[in-house]
Amino acid sequence: MDSLSLLIDGFGTALTPQNLLFAAIGVVLGTAIGVLPGIGPAMAVALLLPVTYGLEPTAAFIMFAGIYYGGMFGGSTTSILLNTPGESASVVTAMEGYPMAKRGRGPQALAAAAIGNFVGGLIGTVALVLLAPAVASLAVNIGAPDYFAVMVLAFIAVTSVLGRSRVRGFASLLIGLTIGLVGLDQLTGQARLTFGSLHLADGIDVVIVAVGLFAVGESLWVAAHLRRTLDKPIPVGRPWLAGSDLRRTWRPWLRGPVIGFPFGAIPAGGAEIPTFLSYVTEKRFSRRKDEWGKGAIEGVAGPESTASASAAGTLVTMLTLGLPTTAVAAVMLAAFQQYGIQPGPLLFERESALVWALIASLFIGLVLLLVINLPMAPVWAKLLRIPRPYLYAGILFFASVGAYAVGGEVIDLLLLFAIGVLGFAMRRYGLPVLPAVIGVILGPAAELQMRRALQLSDGSLVGLVNSPMAVTVYVIVAAILAWPLLRRLVKRPSGDEPKDPAGV
Amino acid sequence: MSSPVSTVEEPRAAAPRQSWWRAHSELGICLLLLVLGVLVLTDALTLPTDFTQRGPLGPKAVPVVVGSLLVLVALLLARDVLRGVTGEAEGGEDVDLSTGADWRTVLLLSGAFLANAALIDLVGFPISSAVLFWGAAYALGSRNPVRDPLVAATVSVVTWLAFNELLGVPLPGGPLMGVL
Repeated sequence: MDSLSLLIDGFGTALTPQNLLFAAIGVVLGTAIGVLPGIGPAMAVALLLPVTYGLEPTAAFIMFAGIYYGGMFGGSTTSILLNTPGESASVVTAMEGYPMAKRGRGPQALAAAAIGNFVGGLIGTVALVLLAPAVASLAVNIGAPDYFAVMVLAFIAVTSVLGRSRVRGFASLLIGLTIGLVGLDQLTGQARLTFGSLHLADGIDVVIVAVGLFAVGESLWVAAHLRRTLDKPIPVGRPWLAGSDLRRTWRPWLRGPVIGFPFGAIPAGGAEIPTFLSYVTEKRFSRRKDEWGKGAIEGVAGPESTASASAAGTLVTMLTLGLPTTAVAAVMLAAFQQYGIQPGPLLFERESALVWALIASLFIGLVLLLVINLPMAPVWAKLLRIPRPYLYAGILFFASVGAYAVGGEVIDLLLLFAIGVLGFAMRRYGLPVLPAVIGVILGPAAELQMRRALQLSDGSLVGLVNSPMAVTVYVIVAAILAWPLLRRLVKRPSGDEPKDPAGV
Repeated sequence: MSSPVSTVEEPRAAAPRQSWWRAHSELGICLLLLVLGVLVLTDALTLPTDFTQRGPLGPKAVPVVVGSLLVLVALLLARDVLRGVTGEAEGGEDVDLSTGADWRTVLLLSGAFLANAALIDLVGFPISSAVLFWGAAYALGSRNPVRDPLVAATVSVVTWLAFNELLGVPLPGGPLMGVL
């Protein structure tokens, strides 16, 4: 098998002392970040983007992947011990995990979550190894129209599937696209939206946009509404599982990836939807329905395994199509762009060593995470007591370090602040941040592909839809756009008056 | 964001008007989108395209589309807001939405951030960043006169060393690091 030998080569690269060190840094940092409130893996990777100036790509991506997986592991700790999910992926875990901890079954809940993450991540990563090269070789012949169609799908999906209000999603996307327009036009070199500023002619660095929206915006938003009284986490010992627990958890662990992996791979918001689906599924299969809501261990095991597998699914789409389906993937894509590497079908050919080292490091990361998390859960729980002023001061501190390191210019700090204020306003009025980030990262590429496609067809719009793949993708886009309308048509005969006029 | 008209004489009339603006402050976002849209459109339409045109679609096309959509979304959002459908403020672990916004903290925090921007080229990264960290911690309610500056100084000096020595990304040391 070809990909097997490539994977073994990848292990060779990933197991060098230096890369092993970066994998370890990544998973420890990722777990800490997952545990820490207010800071998610996307913000963490964004804050770490400046290391791309000093590190070689393989080491940087091994570290980022560790953060992604580690964040999934760590997020469950806050859910279980504090009832406040660290990331959106672990919202569902709190529903059964916190009642378990309150009943004194915290160690079992943590163990079910950690092993669930390991199993889910392992199965998901194996699926990644099997699927990604196939997808990449299928996609290797896709042309500019197909790329453009896929990017349009990403734009529409991220604004329509996520969040409560489409209008606000689109507003956010357009803000991102506008920021992406700033700078010299890639084909003709003409300055757009630069207002004569030489600094803006280079465009606004994506590091500044990502850090501004995620980190500075979040810090300002938290500052306006800082919770003065902190909840006390439930004290906990070493995680462990009894045989009776194992009998209840192994099926949910194995079912998780079946739901999580495909959902991670499509642009449907990462882990939120699949973890909820897993919860519902496990509840249906459970023989002890009376326990649900009071701490059923299946409700922790299933969703956590699902969340981890969805992270692997996300990487498939990101690496093979260059399409980010979650905020973390979007920021990782930005990191690829910093190195001048374009993720996509050709990545597996051109950067074969890098990709397989990255995939191998995922396996290593999972083992490290299990080893680190099972015995050290009580230590991680202590992180929850970090004084909030230091936490957010630290976030602002590293945000400004990152922006300044881009070019050593004060104007970047001012831009960072302006974008942070924008992020604050977006949080205040319910504009989701992710569409804006996707708009900044994919916008310029989408424009380039569209103009290339039209160049080939000599300006005829048919050039955008002259491949079966592009047509298929546009049908999906149309279906997503028409969905609220269709739903209303379906509902009307039953006499159900739609109550919220929010769907525009 | 939008401030009420200040020509109202009776305070009784002013109160409901102010609360109307408060309830509909999201219109400020509509205004922002509208201004952004007009800006993008005017910038695109003033682009000289008679030369260097390659391919059927010049550099104008996408900005025109984005600008028009911005204006459209601004109007749709305004309709939403006037109908009473307002955006939901984002929650979070450390976010308590039951109280009003604490603007003093936000302004202090912004001040700390901007102080760093003003100072970094004058006194160097270690000092200006320590000011940022200490100021931010103070703004957020930390008042320990010994531990706060100590933590701030440690974090900034360690970061400076890590970036200069380990990552090879030079940050200005300033006069202080020149002496050491």
